[in-house]
Amino acid sequence: MKEFRYIHGVSSLCLDQSLCIGCKMCSRVCPQAVFSHQGGKAAIQDHDGCMECGACGVNCPVGAVSVNPGVG
Amino acid sequence: MATSRSVYDWAGAAAARLGLNRDSYLVAPGLYAIGAPDRAAPVLVTANYKLSFDTLRFALPGLNVWLLVLDTCGINVWCAAGKGTFGTEELVHRVKASGLEKLVDHRRLVVPQLGATGVSAHQVKKQSGFSVQYGPIRASDISTWLDNGAREFEGMRDVTFTLKERSELIPVEFHLVLKSMWWLFPLLFLLSGIGPDLAFTSRLMSRGVWMVSALLIGIGSGLILVPLLLPWLPGRSFALKGAIAGLLSGLLLLFWAETGLNLLESGALLALVVVMSSYLGMNFTGSTPYTSPSGVEWEMRRAIPVQFCLSIGALLIWVGAPLVLS
Repeated sequence: MKEFRYIHGVSSLCLDQSLCIGCKMCSRVCPQAVFSHQGGKAAIQDHDGCMECGACGVNCPVGAVSVNPGVG
Repeated sequence: MATSRSVYDWAGAAAARLGLNRDSYLVAPGLYAIGAPDRAAPVLVTANYKLSFDTLRFALPGLNVWLLVLDTCGINVWCAAGKGTFGTEELVHRVKASGLEKLVDHRRLVVPQLGATGVSAHQVKKQSGFSVQYGPIRASDISTWLDNGAREFEGMRDVTFTLKERSELIPVEFHLVLKSMWWLFPLLFLLSGIGPDLAFTSRLMSRGVWMVSALLIGIGSGLILVPLLLPWLPGRSFALKGAIAGLLSGLLLLFWAETGLNLLESGALLALVVVMSSYLGMNFTGSTPYTSPSGVEWEMRRAIPVQFCLSIGALLIWVGAPLVLS
């Protein structure tokens, strides 16, 4: 979210671009507009905007995205 | 199924916002017809929390759609998706149990975008044959979205946290906090009466009353000021935002009211307002749509030891002040 920012540099979001098939599912489900797409691949454009809801990881068909917060 | 609100829906929603019937405000899971849906009508998936169900059905006047209601134990879509009850397994089960494939010719389900935390689109496809299409976050956008051929629109995919949305959370937060913290009031009120002589009652009427006022102000600061002033309070950490709100409201209390308290007692009272507001501010991270669990853990590790030491110190000074200064 652009108008609200939370603690930076702590999100456990990871993207393995080599696995990405460019289906854009991650940006379709992300509520915080964390992803962008360049050259047919997903990219993380706002890592600190991630709230670790996990929707991208659950919906990535090739397992290229992962979100693993600790106990929370 | 009706698409306009009755007086019972208004009353039920108001009570749920106040936290009165929140745990039992649910509808029966299953398939519902809105209007007169045919074999090509879209299938919208939602949770069986009555506030979610009502928000959706009242946003659909004039439309003919199927509503597939999942059993989320009366929890809204996003929270239930986080817990997994609004999830792949329940969705697949509900599609099969409702006999949906015999009622529609297409094989598409519209799932609210915030349900994506629990629903895996490719798994649903594999297990049920239905493909998942993620719809807008807000029910009020559904009508426009469907009318325009279910294409993406700017602003339908991002969560918001407006002043109105933040203030709607206040009543239920109050209900939950008072339910768990009410005992602080009699305890700290009575502790304020302790002193070196028998003037217990007169200390209750001065120190006891100010202690209760400080508690109320600390709670009000954490539960009302923090949500309302959230974008303007400095810092990213909610413990810090809460502490600053508490410092301001505590200072206002001490300057405006003729407390008759000495410097030591005033300081202890101020510290308690700050701690209370900071703790409740941090508690509010659980209600926002943008705080990450890793971030919450980060600030709790840092703030809780400080809050703990400050409150113990302030209480010792508060209780000790009449004994030392007499």
